[in-house]
Amino acid sequence: MTVTDAEVTAVLDRDGLDALVTVLRSDGRTVIGPTVRDGAIVLAELSSAAELPYGWGVELDAGRYRLVPCEDGAAFAHSAGPQSWKNCLHPQRERLWSADRAPDGEVTFTEEEAATPSYAFLGVRPCDLRAIAVQDRVLTGGRHADTGYGRRRRGALLIAAECTAPGATCFCVSAGGGPAADTGYDLALTEVVDEDGHRFFARAGSEAGRRLLDRIPHRSADLATEVTARTSVDAARDRMGRSLPPVDLRALLGESLDADRWDDVAERCLTCGNCTMVCPTCFCTTTEEVTDLTGDHSERWQRWDSCFDLDFSHLHEGPVRSSGRSRYRQWLTHKLSTWYDQFGGSGCVGCGRCITWCPAGIDITEEVAALHAEHEATSVGHETAAAAHGTERWTETER
Amino acid sequence: MTAVPVPHRVVSRSPETSDTVTLRLEPVCEALRDFVPGQFAMVHCFGRGEIPVSMSSIQATGGLAHTVRAVGAVSEGLCAARVGDVIGLRGPYGTGWELERAYGRDVLVVAGGIGLAPLRPLVLRALAEPESYGRVNVLIGARTPDDLIGRKEWEFWRSAYTGVTVDRPDVHWHGDVGVVTQLLGRARFDPAGTWAFVCGPEPMIRATARELHHRGVPRARIRVSLERNMRCATGHCGHCQLGPLLLCRDGPVVGWDQVESLLSVREL
Repeated sequence: MTVTDAEVTAVLDRDGLDALVTVLRSDGRTVIGPTVRDGAIVLAELSSAAELPYGWGVELDAGRYRLVPCEDGAAFAHSAGPQSWKNCLHPQRERLWSADRAPDGEVTFTEEEAATPSYAFLGVRPCDLRAIAVQDRVLTGGRHADTGYGRRRRGALLIAAECTAPGATCFCVSAGGGPAADTGYDLALTEVVDEDGHRFFARAGSEAGRRLLDRIPHRSADLATEVTARTSVDAARDRMGRSLPPVDLRALLGESLDADRWDDVAERCLTCGNCTMVCPTCFCTTTEEVTDLTGDHSERWQRWDSCFDLDFSHLHEGPVRSSGRSRYRQWLTHKLSTWYDQFGGSGCVGCGRCITWCPAGIDITEEVAALHAEHEATSVGHETAAAAHGTERWTETER
Repeated sequence: MTAVPVPHRVVSRSPETSDTVTLRLEPVCEALRDFVPGQFAMVHCFGRGEIPVSMSSIQATGGLAHTVRAVGAVSEGLCAARVGDVIGLRGPYGTGWELERAYGRDVLVVAGGIGLAPLRPLVLRALAEPESYGRVNVLIGARTPDDLIGRKEWEFWRSAYTGVTVDRPDVHWHGDVGVVTQLLGRARFDPAGTWAFVCGPEPMIRATARELHHRGVPRARIRVSLERNMRCATGHCGHCQLGPLLLCRDGPVVGWDQVESLLSVREL
């Protein structure tokens, strides 16, 4: 983290945060942020900053999530919850287009032009900033761009909350990130609660962020607040609950397609797809055709899909990936290895949601560590064995 | 996903087999960008949905043809389309056969069942430019004589060596019986200087590509067309993954050198 001369910093107190939400809403923005609902910290529309989860933290473990009071009354004492910002930017259901058939048989197709909310996301964790950048690459960085995603994304203002309270399932540092917001934000906040009060060290990351800062009550950043803020973020780096093994994961997963560990995890995995729903980078979708009662109006809807679903790989002979082993392998290998081939980077940001929300408590870091151990143990002569194995496995009897 | 289907009218409907139909299509108004042989379109059947189908004919007028086998709700609906009906197309998507890379070389086309359809525009193009290519071979296999498509056209392909075989003959069949790789021995090609283009069921593709490589055709010159579930065709839905490949973007036509190891992993 380096401070450049150009970086605009300030300190806000809780009133400043209230004003921030008020200003954003008066600009017509839909402000989305964390709030307590149904025993969890969810992302929902905020009408005021008072709805932030002041005084709540979370206790996390594999397959476990509990709200716990935090005595200092901090707003951002929690780590990732069951949702991510993809719920807004890449929604679960979206109409793509409609088709209408006239009495003479002519068919007209109409592209969906739904009103796009102008979002302001308040409290985006650095892991989730990276996740948004990953989805940007996937959905808008290729030959074809997802126009709906692009529209929502371009209009969204990102206010990051740097991480000072990593959870027990967090492993962003070993996934190549960290608790500090480095890039991709309009405004970054670091919450500081100490004897000098409850306040937020703010850094503008864009012109929009600078203009926003100008419009809300703030004071210039004092050294003590800045040092405390930066120190607590630095300290968070060493307090990650979990970590991925420090090896070339892309190569490891690519060389582990025949690993025995996949059978082991398949015995525990329910193939429910929870991990893919909560993952902030998982982007897969399917489509549905919906008709009305006249039969002459038809709509094309897109909805989230999961590579754990049997239908995901369906061809007319049946699914390509029928076993749980192959579907878990697809998910993990895609996330950590083939994502590089497809989109130029890893698909994992280390937010830990897949661990927390797995009903079977499967831990991605533990699975990768086991694959690494198996790879180490069998790496002697691995490649020759795999090559011979490969040619023997399929025979013409399939035909 | 973004693109909206473009209306096309069915101008002819030719049954190929008991479950396979070729639809000729003309744009109602605007035409799609030009397809190259091997590329595919997302074909929309009103009220049912969309499926990826390779082009089986590409005409300068903007006219296109799709050969569809009824295996699911959408393909059944398309096979039942009548002349005059309007269906929606998006495309072109994916990679082509890249026949032009075979300039001056022997061309070997190997098709299994309906796999001949996407190869048809390639065969026609190769035969239309005899000075550009060496010997042209077309090897066709099907389960039964009734599953052979495009039979009326074969006589026009006389300048090519055309071999046909079936797995299960009927009483009227006097031709070859067995897998399509058996025909390779009779085809006229110089392995080291040949480009092969293969489409059919995946086991047939694997067997053919291995046999071709065994006979000396370099892996990168064996071009195969693969099939996976596809929902968007724009690289966003994740369904068509084969390891590192998104087949709607990096395929459907790929080099055997890219996929040999991937296709040897069960359920990848």
